Amino acid sequence: MSQVVAFLTRRRGGRGWHWTDIFMWAWLVGGLVLMFGPALWLVLSSFKTPAQLAEFPPTLLPYATEQVAVAGYDKPLNLFTAQLPDGTTRVMAEVRRVGTVSQLVDPKAPGEIFKVNIADRQPVREIRFATENYTQPFEHFDFLQYLKNSVFVTVVATLITLLTNSMAAFALSKYEFRGRNLVLLLIVGTLMVPLSVLLVPLYSVISAVGLFDSLWGVILPTVATPTGVFLLRQYMLTIPDELIDAARMDNASEWQIYWRIVLPLAAPALAVLAIFSVVWRWNDFLWPLVVLSRKELYTLQVGLNTYAGELNVQWHFILAMTVVTMIPVVLVFIFLQRYITAGIAGTGLK
Amino acid sequence: MKHKAKILGALAATLLASSAAYAGEVRVMWYSDGVEGEVIKDLLDRFQKENPDIKITLDNVAYKVVQEQLPIQLEAGQGPDIARVTNIKELAGHWLDMRPMLKDAKYWDDNFGSTLDWMRPDGSDAIPGFMTQLTLTGGFANKTLFEQAGVAVPGEKATWDEWVDAAAQVSKSQSLPAAFAIDRSGHRISGPNVSYGANYIAADGSPAKIDDGVKAFGSKLVQWVADGKMLKETWVAAAGSTYRAAADDFINAQIPFYYSGSWQVANLSSKIGDGFDWVATGSPCGSAGCSGLKGGAALVGIKYTKNPNDVVKVMEYLGREDIVKEFSERTLFLPAHKGVVDKGGLKWVSNDKNVAPALDAFVKSAGQTLPAADALPSWKWANAYYAALVTRLSQVMAGEMQLDEAWAKMDQDIADKVAQAK
Amino acid sequence: MTVQTTIGQKIGAAIAAPISWLAAIVDAPLKLWQRATGTNGMAAFFLAPNMLIFGIFVLAPFIINFLYSTTSGNAFFLPDRNFVGADQYRRLLECGSYLDPSSCREDLFWKAVHNTGLFVVLQVALLVVVSMITALILNREIVGRSFWRAVFFFPVLLSPVVVGLIWRWILQRQGLLNSMLYQFGYQPTEWLTDRFWAFAAGVTVSVWAHMGFFTLILLAGLQAIPRDLYEAAEMDGTRPGRVFWRITLPLLMPNLLVVIILALIRAVQIFDEVYVLTGGGPGTSTLFLTQYIYEVGFASLLRNPGLAAAASILMGAVLVVLTLVQLQVGRRNEKKGARE
Repeated sequence: MSQVVAFLTRRRGGRGWHWTDIFMWAWLVGGLVLMFGPALWLVLSSFKTPAQLAEFPPTLLPYATEQVAVAGYDKPLNLFTAQLPDGTTRVMAEVRRVGTVSQLVDPKAPGEIFKVNIADRQPVREIRFATENYTQPFEHFDFLQYLKNSVFVTVVATLITLLTNSMAAFALSKYEFRGRNLVLLLIVGTLMVPLSVLLVPLYSVISAVGLFDSLWGVILPTVATPTGVFLLRQYMLTIPDELIDAARMDNASEWQIYWRIVLPLAAPALAVLAIFSVVWRWNDFLWPLVVLSRKELYTLQVGLNTYAGELNVQWHFILAMTVVTMIPVVLVFIFLQRYITAGIAGTGLK
Repeated sequence: MKHKAKILGALAATLLASSAAYAGEVRVMWYSDGVEGEVIKDLLDRFQKENPDIKITLDNVAYKVVQEQLPIQLEAGQGPDIARVTNIKELAGHWLDMRPMLKDAKYWDDNFGSTLDWMRPDGSDAIPGFMTQLTLTGGFANKTLFEQAGVAVPGEKATWDEWVDAAAQVSKSQSLPAAFAIDRSGHRISGPNVSYGANYIAADGSPAKIDDGVKAFGSKLVQWVADGKMLKETWVAAAGSTYRAAADDFINAQIPFYYSGSWQVANLSSKIGDGFDWVATGSPCGSAGCSGLKGGAALVGIKYTKNPNDVVKVMEYLGREDIVKEFSERTLFLPAHKGVVDKGGLKWVSNDKNVAPALDAFVKSAGQTLPAADALPSWKWANAYYAALVTRLSQVMAGEMQLDEAWAKMDQDIADKVAQAK
Repeated sequence: MTVQTTIGQKIGAAIAAPISWLAAIVDAPLKLWQRATGTNGMAAFFLAPNMLIFGIFVLAPFIINFLYSTTSGNAFFLPDRNFVGADQYRRLLECGSYLDPSSCREDLFWKAVHNTGLFVVLQVALLVVVSMITALILNREIVGRSFWRAVFFFPVLLSPVVVGLIWRWILQRQGLLNSMLYQFGYQPTEWLTDRFWAFAAGVTVSVWAHMGFFTLILLAGLQAIPRDLYEAAEMDGTRPGRVFWRITLPLLMPNLLVVIILALIRAVQIFDEVYVLTGGGPGTSTLFLTQYIYEVGFASLLRNPGLAAAASILMGAVLVVLTLVQLQVGRRNEKKGARE
């Protein structure tokens, strides 16, 4: 055991504890709670009934009032811990409530009815996961179709992004031509204006080219991401020109240089872009909502928002479906986390 | 290059295929606040069985789509064939006039006549559709909380001040965060405004300046927030005309009195369960009356449909008396169908003993709305007025401006909107 | 090439497989093209697909947006709108004093400008400090470093809507934080209805959501700093604080600059997560530019697409100037670094 402690407390140089070590562990543990805590709570909340979601103070775990079958009553009755008029505190089953008076019986001896003010009784609760938040949407919600659309949009958009962006980045990093700086400036300039302020003009473009209500209308506006071109170009600049010159000597065509030399060497940057593209496209919400109006084209993010009405929002369904849509992203994260982090660190964003 | 041309060709072909509707197809765009999406699906499935030649597709959408995306689609001459919408007056030019195609137009005039003006251009006699749901704003009181505090629930003719004072006593004795709340919406406070004598509509039909009625109730609201009687967060914790409901605070017994509307009945019933007893109270009174405000969502045909005859068939089915009755009973919505209302005897599908009296109370108080309130649903500037009210009043509540400044800004916001439409 | 292949190269190979299949087919006609246009003509070919999509779906909307800003009316489509010249800009810029939003004709626009300005300064500062501390800690030899690295990166994967939602459920009056305070006997605080706290919440939540990304960029820079520099400093007995200011910070400058530029751009664009979190309230204290433009142009009942377009053009212009200044400063720093 002491070895474990020694291992855990081992720090630079192996000397004693310094205030920075305490600070470091406080920061790390605090970070762990802050970063994962909220998401964990979201998952727990998604198992709560609508009534429990509205409850204050909110509980960490989903609870439901315990019920018991009592002889002489058709339906199971709710259990309460009640303070009886004689001063004793017992677990009782509630027959009915009239105004502020609760009528209770002893589940084992249901003959006598006790009347207690509702302020003097507390429900007996047990942990219960409201799995119906998950199962009900699956019944009347075309989950598989939405999933298919989401996967299609994500995969196709990512592939096109990788291909077109890497080609453009190659041209912008390895060729000298007139207007190169202009193209770069255009790209950097548009990096900064968010899509959400361009909704109306973009919509007119989409409907002019006939892409309204089509998954391509969701995909195409997002694939020419200036961020992607910029990121890849910065990385490709670090590939030595000598490699390319040598290939030209060997009579390789420019296209071969692109896909045999530059692309493989840019793989880490491409993978980073791929991962970001997957996360972005998977999470896209506002734009698909504007473009898609037929349910057979809905992506998951649009689909789960059908529970947001004018006057009421059915949070229990939205939360549950949000958790479901988070699963693929978390899987990507778990399997690729080592690579994502190493990859970003290695792209030489300088 | 050839490959590219081929790919492009194939791409174009799929695009064309995806946007062409085939004959007999009817798409219904529908948003839901509760179970109505499932109920309408049931009803349409039944229709589908009897009419296999019409292919009905129900697109359940987020309300955001109806509010933000549909108007642009309509302007581009696109859109679904039938839609459930709330912005029915402003977009009235896009609805289909079903009158020439209806088998029995008189049935529609007789039963839906009073609300048809809400969804057609001024002066027209079109029949674009019908209200799936009639709503009326009104209050809810937590009877159990009142009882616990030993405060009597105010009677039928009680004023806003009496209601708020009574609720404040309850909230004090039960140490609750506030006495009451109103949804953050210009529509919600317009009934009370009218009760204090407000009239939004000038003689020529254009928006009038903010009048004393609005100022009377508006300054009360601000004062109630400042006193901590009205729940602050509903109005303050958002900017612009964003809608926020305070239903959760009522459900959670945090406020004894809640001013919202008839559509909340189903929501309250399912979430409160046996938690406490609640009653619908109608609208409290002001100096000019005890008015609520009517409203609701309409199901309308869209002008740009390729199959108007099939659209009419679907609408005729959904507008049938027995179907409207069943829809209302299962969704706990107030019907807009005169026949159904007059015959009465709706069997609300609910085990909750609070539901039927509440709905009946709303039906009853529907008769108390004032003419100035009844004119609003068919007035095209109503939304601009509502938006200006919410945006500016909540700024005053947050302490960002004074009331006088707010009235002036409201007038300007509304005038800007009118000028822009020219 | 080393024998050891990283996962990245495997992924790269997997992605490259279908491309290489396509590439083989495309190669022959391309050789002809290359012969006809020369090596540099190929640049046009490589640029074409991206620029075509870029032109149609990014640049064209930009230009249309500019045209919009010169029109008025309720119509969504340009041909149906009335030309009004610079009226929308005049309306936006009509102000008693630019320092006092309530003296302006479009008070909400100026309120949004002020809020965005304050937000950018606070958020970028906090983001840089927090990311820097985290990067310095993760750069130490700690047990399970890749795990800790992942911990801080996790929120980057969540959609902004989810981020806003999670935190609203935590911070609202009946939320988790207040319930915890209540259980420990403290008075609940109105996190989202108090001007100060709501703004602070907006800043904190957006830092929470994005710090992982920036931490990694800084970490990459830290790891590139040669170890022997630190060892030499340690032998000289230099205090840690001095080491940081004299060695770490100057060598980290290029990465820090990237972090600041990207953070600035993102901060100016702030929208979804704060919109879901506070809705722009209380009052208008967290109303930011993007939300203003989105609501005026698209969502609000008082919709005015022309005014929104003008606002977005002004915003874009300011952003471009800001970036140019930044790049200029960056270039000067690089030169200075080269001289030293």
